Amino acid sequence: MECILTSAEWFLNWGRASSIWYLLFGSACCGIELMQTGGPRTDLDRFGAVPRATPRQADLMIVAGTITYKMAERLRLLYEQMAEPRYVIAMGSCANCGGLFQRSYAVLKGVDKVIPVDLYIPGCAPRPEALADAIVKLQQRMRQEKWLRTVRAPQP
Amino acid sequence: MSGPLADRLRAQFPEAVTGPEQKGVPEAVQVAVGALPEVCRFCRDDSELDLQALSCLSGVDYPDRIELVYHLISYRRKHELVLKVRLDRDRPQAPTVAEVWKAANWHERECFDLLGVTFAGHPDLRRLLLPDDWVGYPLRKDYAPPTEYHGMSHHRADPLRPVAPEVHAGGEVPRAR
Amino acid sequence: MPAELKDLAQLREMALPIAGETMVNMGPQHPSTHGVLNFLLVTDGEVMHRAIPHVGYLHRGMEKLAEEVPYHGYMPFTDRLDYLAAMSANQGYAMAVEKLLGCGVPPRAEWLRLIACELNRIASHLVATGTMAMDLGAFTPFIHWLREREVINDLTEALCGSRLTYHYLRIGGVGYDLPAGFADRTLRWLDHFEPMIDEFDRLISHNEIFVARLANVSPIGAAMAIDYGLVGPNLRASGVDWDLRRDLAYSVYPECQFEVPLGRGYRGVVGDCYDRFVVRVLEIRESCRLLRQAFERLPEGEIQAKVGRKLKLPAGEAYARVEAPRGEMGFYLVSDGGESPYRLKVRTGSFSAMSIIEALSHGLMIADLVALIGSLDVIAPEVDR
Repeated sequence: MECILTSAEWFLNWGRASSIWYLLFGSACCGIELMQTGGPRTDLDRFGAVPRATPRQADLMIVAGTITYKMAERLRLLYEQMAEPRYVIAMGSCANCGGLFQRSYAVLKGVDKVIPVDLYIPGCAPRPEALADAIVKLQQRMRQEKWLRTVRAPQP
Repeated sequence: MSGPLADRLRAQFPEAVTGPEQKGVPEAVQVAVGALPEVCRFCRDDSELDLQALSCLSGVDYPDRIELVYHLISYRRKHELVLKVRLDRDRPQAPTVAEVWKAANWHERECFDLLGVTFAGHPDLRRLLLPDDWVGYPLRKDYAPPTEYHGMSHHRADPLRPVAPEVHAGGEVPRAR
Repeated sequence: MPAELKDLAQLREMALPIAGETMVNMGPQHPSTHGVLNFLLVTDGEVMHRAIPHVGYLHRGMEKLAEEVPYHGYMPFTDRLDYLAAMSANQGYAMAVEKLLGCGVPPRAEWLRLIACELNRIASHLVATGTMAMDLGAFTPFIHWLREREVINDLTEALCGSRLTYHYLRIGGVGYDLPAGFADRTLRWLDHFEPMIDEFDRLISHNEIFVARLANVSPIGAAMAIDYGLVGPNLRASGVDWDLRRDLAYSVYPECQFEVPLGRGYRGVVGDCYDRFVVRVLEIRESCRLLRQAFERLPEGEIQAKVGRKLKLPAGEAYARVEAPRGEMGFYLVSDGGESPYRLKVRTGSFSAMSIIEALSHGLMIADLVALIGSLDVIAPEVDR
């Protein structure tokens, strides 16, 4: 039984990791680097990652750019519209922690205040190679996830 | 020291227009707030001044006043003029010039949003850049940002203080969300 | 009452809806709005009655931050004012500070600034024209331009270490000198790139569907353009012959030869979306010309004037204008003698371009709105700062 579940899981995870569809969400400068990463040189498409315009069809949200308080509520809405399993990559300093705008009155100091983040990419703006590396790491994590068996509760 | 544009404007509006304002900025004048729309209309329509466009409308918060600064430019004649208007800091109100230059519409909205200057006669004076329920005018010198907005804290934890990492018991990778 | 509903009620009053109207939300997350811009479309299905813009989703308080950060320290923030035209934004701020400080810029630094700004102008126009094509459904030209832009990113990385937010121009000059072989590398790339513009033209500029989507759409007359404060390629496409690099010349532009492309109603009427597109493509060619001239005439010398690490400007004010890719960027700097600006106001081209969209939106189809936004080259950080 275990054997069948493991193979099924391996297959499902392989399928998910090889076709991570990300939400086209570029807010600021990192959005341009996101765009360049989708371009010919560091091609995100070779990971199976294609941009989708709507969160309903996206597995991954790459929050690229500064998030202001005004935008944060919409960000939360977008995150909630994504179907599970869903992942969030916080790309760049502004999404990680507010970045350059620590003293700004209107900037959310870190996207993890409103949505749970799986991966943080430091940089301002991070290089396309860094984003590609993040996708690879996300793929590695996806391959290890267990779907069909419950997580064992901690033994007392 | 003043320039020909400032002189011409002063000649046309001897009471409302005074100056020069700043040394090194010869073409700058002080305009009385009540005469502002008339002066602006003259600046735009007069064939010598021909100040076709409003380049920039800024508001500056000084300790004793709020000053509106209008940078005007003429493309045909390649010259510029600066108009300055002093407003009372406690109740900053000015007439709108949105009918003279439509560019002023959004500039005035921004001034209202960030400095709290109300423009009488403006067709649509609402906040532009900040959320509609924002309290306060950030560009004022005595502005204190809120501690939180809609539940989102303004504060960021100090990155130099270590935080204990979460440990998943049993070494299991958590289930996919 | 939640803020959005209150706003909607107010808008309803103003929009005076009639039966059969729908309000559709476009953005702030949308593939075709250039950055986080939001439009509330009042439409009867396909034809719009109004497009009400909502901005401020990227308002980061740049102007307030200027009051808290020292003069030198604010330069990286200017990169983020318009991240596609970071060099021009750097230059505008540097010029405002230098005007107040009364310091000159060494000749070599001025030419390096020109090289940096023109290279950046090409990169910015590549995105502008490419995303215009992409928004209308033509993905390939944009990918071609991304390939070329990668080379520009490599060049700027060799120059100053950064691909996007450069912080290359400094107060009094530039930050780094040209690395060895930079001139050759750029000139060889220009030899490769200029035929690529012809290829782009063959690919999309004369494509009948592309032209039909853009020609005669939202023509903006010269008077309207000036009234709304449009600048840059938008203004020139409406027929107004104004370019700061030639008319209120700064830096070493007076010593250069270049044409200023104007809108002529290339396939439609003057000032329509196609004119705005063509003006940008022609400006790419002019920037290539400027770059070649700059490399020929680059003098030896210092790259930065001595301004000191802690800057205290004398009390006063200055207004500096630069011709950024999106039009005139004006920096109004007020100093009270301290170490930070007392007030910095940035006036950007996209701010005015965004404000004209509502006036043009009546009777437009939603797809035409996409063409209009693309042709005006509106970018969110310039609107919101």
